[in-house]
Amino acid sequence: MIGDYGHEVCYAVDGNGRYTLAPSLGWEAKNIVNDQAWATIAAETAKAHRLVKSGELSPIAYYQARHQMDVGLLASYVGMARWRVKRHRRPKVFARLPERILRRYATVFKVSVAEVQTVPDSFTPEQIRPR
Amino acid sequence: MDALIPFPHRQSAHCESGVTANLLHFHHISCSEALAFGIGEGLFFGYLPFIRINKLPLTTFRCAVGNILGNVTKRLGVKIRRQKFRSQDEAMATLDEKLAQNIPVGCQTGAYWLPYFPPAFRFHFNMHNLVVIGRDGDDYLISDPVFENVVRCRREDLQRARFAQGSLAPKGAMYYLESVPESPDMAAAVRQGLAAVCKTMLRTPVPFLGVRGIAFLADRLEKWPKKLGEESALLHLGQLIRMQEEIGTGGGGFRFMYAAFLQEAAELTGIAPLLQLSERMTLVGDTWRRFAVSGARLCKGRARPGDTYGELAGILRECARTEKEIYGDIQNLLH
Repeated sequence: MIGDYGHEVCYAVDGNGRYTLAPSLGWEAKNIVNDQAWATIAAETAKAHRLVKSGELSPIAYYQARHQMDVGLLASYVGMARWRVKRHRRPKVFARLPERILRRYATVFKVSVAEVQTVPDSFTPEQIRPR
Repeated sequence: MDALIPFPHRQSAHCESGVTANLLHFHHISCSEALAFGIGEGLFFGYLPFIRINKLPLTTFRCAVGNILGNVTKRLGVKIRRQKFRSQDEAMATLDEKLAQNIPVGCQTGAYWLPYFPPAFRFHFNMHNLVVIGRDGDDYLISDPVFENVVRCRREDLQRARFAQGSLAPKGAMYYLESVPESPDMAAAVRQGLAAVCKTMLRTPVPFLGVRGIAFLADRLEKWPKKLGEESALLHLGQLIRMQEEIGTGGGGFRFMYAAFLQEAAELTGIAPLLQLSERMTLVGDTWRRFAVSGARLCKGRARPGDTYGELAGILRECARTEKEIYGDIQNLLH
């Protein structure tokens, strides 16, 4: 699973019954549950994208989902109270935000101030494919 | 390039025990990862539904972050200095200062912001450990024990990772060894580590820790489909298997690593029957793996006959029962 990044090591018993560290490329059970976690992230991001496009939420909701954050986590990253972040998720409030507040969100999401005010035209769950 | 500290990077299965073993190695104490894990009382079990990771309950197969390092250094008589920071600038400046003195510095970080991590493993997980071993301009050279080779990381990325937010935020935590004894008494440390693990696994004041915790989880897991609905139950199950297999456990929720430790412990202490206990621990690891395989099939929607929550709970109860016997027998050997 992490082939491009080298391999992990796991404990395995050798022919003499001694434990050694052996390279491992992961195994199926582990890949299945990893895929499951990413499918959840992709589904939540797709949902947020849809709600932003339909004008129910501000772009913050999209970037937040994309970065696997809940409101509490995002609030601690931007250094604001949760209720403020929740408020900023409303499109009307978001539209009036000054640049210094937008910048704080942009920095956390590693995008420009212009980018944080929009979302990509389309989003499909396939766009989040870690491997 | 600034001086790179000649640090013995050895790849390990788990970050904290790997960091501990490598730091000791740098100070000429030979110690394997499994030995560090055992002396450091790494093995544990806890099912903590009131702590949420990605909205799902936390299950842990190891002790709290930092405890392995703390226990190992305490039991071997190594002096360690640990710091946390409020200011990010100060945290980076202190790191640079120590590197300039040729001291390798261990750091607790989040996994999410480390660019060299494979994307598949970039979750908000704040219990990662690594050793910074040099600086090259705006890059740091890092001995990250779960990677094959020394990796590079940009300064701003490392800073972000050291100040990751969320549950168990690292707050820039860093540590380095100040002094080590000439020849530490490994056998005594191993005995202490063994006794401590048996005690925490067998005698917990609360039902959700130790071997009681495994049985407690079994009871809960059995009720998941009814209580949470089919979809949410699968997410809970998937998260549990990820905690067991994915997060640098060396497989089987650290049980294989502990079995490796028991082999070394038999040699160091001269208590030969520990070898048989190592074999029994391997079997427990296999049982945990059987749980993972069966559970993963359920998650993938490819359940075979026998892949039910009831059967899964049964496997967990088997783990609890056999582990209980193993820890009891270890205790008897130590007397």
